Amino acid sequence: MGQTLFDKVWDKHVVDTIKDGPQIIYIDKHLIHEVTSPQAFNELTQRNIPIFRPQQIVATADHNTPTIDQHLPVKDALSRNQLKQLTENCKNNNIELYGLGHEYNGIVHVIGPELGITQPGMTIVCGDSHTSTHGAFGTIAFGIGTSQVAQVFASQCLLMNKPKKLRVNVNGKLRKGVLSKDVILYIIAKLGTNSGTGYFCEYAGNVFEEMSMEGRMTVCNMSIEMGARGGMIAPDETTYEYIKGRKFAPKNDDFDKKIAYWNTLKTDEDAVFDLEYSFDATDIEPMITYGTNPGMGIKISEAIPSLNDASFEKSLAYMNFEKGEKLLNKPINYVFIGSCTNSRIEDFRIAANYVNGRQKASNVNAWLVPGSQQVAKQIVEEGLDIIFATAGFKLRQPGCSACLAMNDDKIPEGEYCVSTSNRNFEGRQGQGARTILASPLVAAATAVAGKIVNVLEETSTLELV
Amino acid sequence: MEKFERLISTAVPLPTENIDTDQIIPARFLKATDKQGFGDNVFKDWRYHKDGSINTDFVLNNSHYSGSVLVAGNNFGCGSSREHAAWALAGYGFKVVISSFFADIFKGNALNNGILPIQVSEDCLRTLLQLITENPNTKIDIDLENQVLQVVGKVIVEKFEIDTYKKVCLLNGYDDIDYLVSNQDKIVAYEQEHQF
Repeated sequence: MGQTLFDKVWDKHVVDTIKDGPQIIYIDKHLIHEVTSPQAFNELTQRNIPIFRPQQIVATADHNTPTIDQHLPVKDALSRNQLKQLTENCKNNNIELYGLGHEYNGIVHVIGPELGITQPGMTIVCGDSHTSTHGAFGTIAFGIGTSQVAQVFASQCLLMNKPKKLRVNVNGKLRKGVLSKDVILYIIAKLGTNSGTGYFCEYAGNVFEEMSMEGRMTVCNMSIEMGARGGMIAPDETTYEYIKGRKFAPKNDDFDKKIAYWNTLKTDEDAVFDLEYSFDATDIEPMITYGTNPGMGIKISEAIPSLNDASFEKSLAYMNFEKGEKLLNKPINYVFIGSCTNSRIEDFRIAANYVNGRQKASNVNAWLVPGSQQVAKQIVEEGLDIIFATAGFKLRQPGCSACLAMNDDKIPEGEYCVSTSNRNFEGRQGQGARTILASPLVAAATAVAGKIVNVLEETSTLELV
Repeated sequence: MEKFERLISTAVPLPTENIDTDQIIPARFLKATDKQGFGDNVFKDWRYHKDGSINTDFVLNNSHYSGSVLVAGNNFGCGSSREHAAWALAGYGFKVVISSFFADIFKGNALNNGILPIQVSEDCLRTLLQLITENPNTKIDIDLENQVLQVVGKVIVEKFEIDTYKKVCLLNGYDDIDYLVSNQDKIVAYEQEHQF
């Protein structure tokens, strides 16, 4: 029987198998940040265990960093202390840190790929559930808890039971104005938030093959929102073109040799999945969420479903929405474009293209947060910053920002925020804040209109996708 | 890690589905650099209103319900990988969480902190929630050694599954670090073979 892409990468990383138990899986790259690493460093210090392979670890500060005045000392004492600990821990253990102000600083799942650290066939972990993002490169990448961060520190390995295999196929032609974010929100809305639990997901079909790497990252990023530990897309020419020439990418002959190997990382035709779903691309519209988990999504033109279920009703009560209500024309005062889901250059190009020649609505506070210093630099190089400024938008500095509102970027209580991030949980963007997940195009259109509008009805979107 | 002993306890019913780790411990409490004190903030925004007043509708503020077992709705622990959620539950005093389904990362984090996640059928969950809600003195007996959950004084007995390796870890208080470090020779051999 043939092997899946997942099998091929997994099997190559098995160090040992415990009888009737888990396998020891080797981890090629370990990404760390300030929030989920300090207790792991403490654990090793207390047990007098050294960091086993510090050169395979890369650190950044992202979750708890301000997005304005980054050159000044961080105001919040607890945040400042957490950042200081990361710096000290990295220094004491010879770990490469791209801290606040560093030219490579940014959201961990943005900088890994853009620096060429993320490569096909690797295993990558990070104490962050959106590590699934890196699966866009044909990588086994998944989020881990802090105990597991300590395990990887101590051994460069994890004890894991091999997950089951799921494939989601999307074929057909996407409508103009339908972006990768809509594709993944559609899949999660169809399958639910726990459909992928216990599985690793492969995304296949012409829709993913035709996507840019940025689009593929957006899709794989949200795998965890349907419960899957990770998502993968087979590497191809688009992948190689993206990696080529990046800072840590293999060079010259090494690159050619790697490509020969990477080309083998495809699911065999006779491989069997434990579970498989197929969707028609033409059915997908721009999507928005109406509830408090990412599975509660609808096409932007649809009405909220009417279910008689206590958890569903609790969710609608939190959002202050009614069953059967449509969200088009709903006034919105906050828009967030950012997060590890949608803060790459393509996302800002899409937003800039839309707002070019238009003006931000006066009722809207729009926060535009690039995913990294490199993205911020490219925004300026491409002149997008001028387009945003002319349209009344201000760019902030890189970080996770209002996606999880650990820093000061919080949406006020009771306010709606159309957000390009990944989670619409209660209080996710601030206590009492109400999150509506959407694509960067829908977010930009909301910021201009001051309300939710159907971008499909606008001819100007035709040039975008 | 502490050994997991046989446990007989009253339980707290929380039937809400899809309880995510942002609810268990909101992100603004993740700034600590140790594992202490998270129990004070478990379910913070459900226990307290924004002005700091107590939400008397929330079950943890209902003095009738207590115990080291939390019985929760389907898909418990989804969302963020933050292990702070497990630290918060443990810090509050929970040793067992029962649900009809657990999110993957949370389940692992719980086990790595001596909290036993027990997956039961939808029917069993419904029965447990009903019994506990109606009679807060209902006691649940959890026998990890034999993988059996019983309601004391009732005929309800449910066998539950747990990974054999993890069961040994919990019963003996072992964690994965010791095991992995003891295998470093194999790991080095793997690295040499794969030219790292």
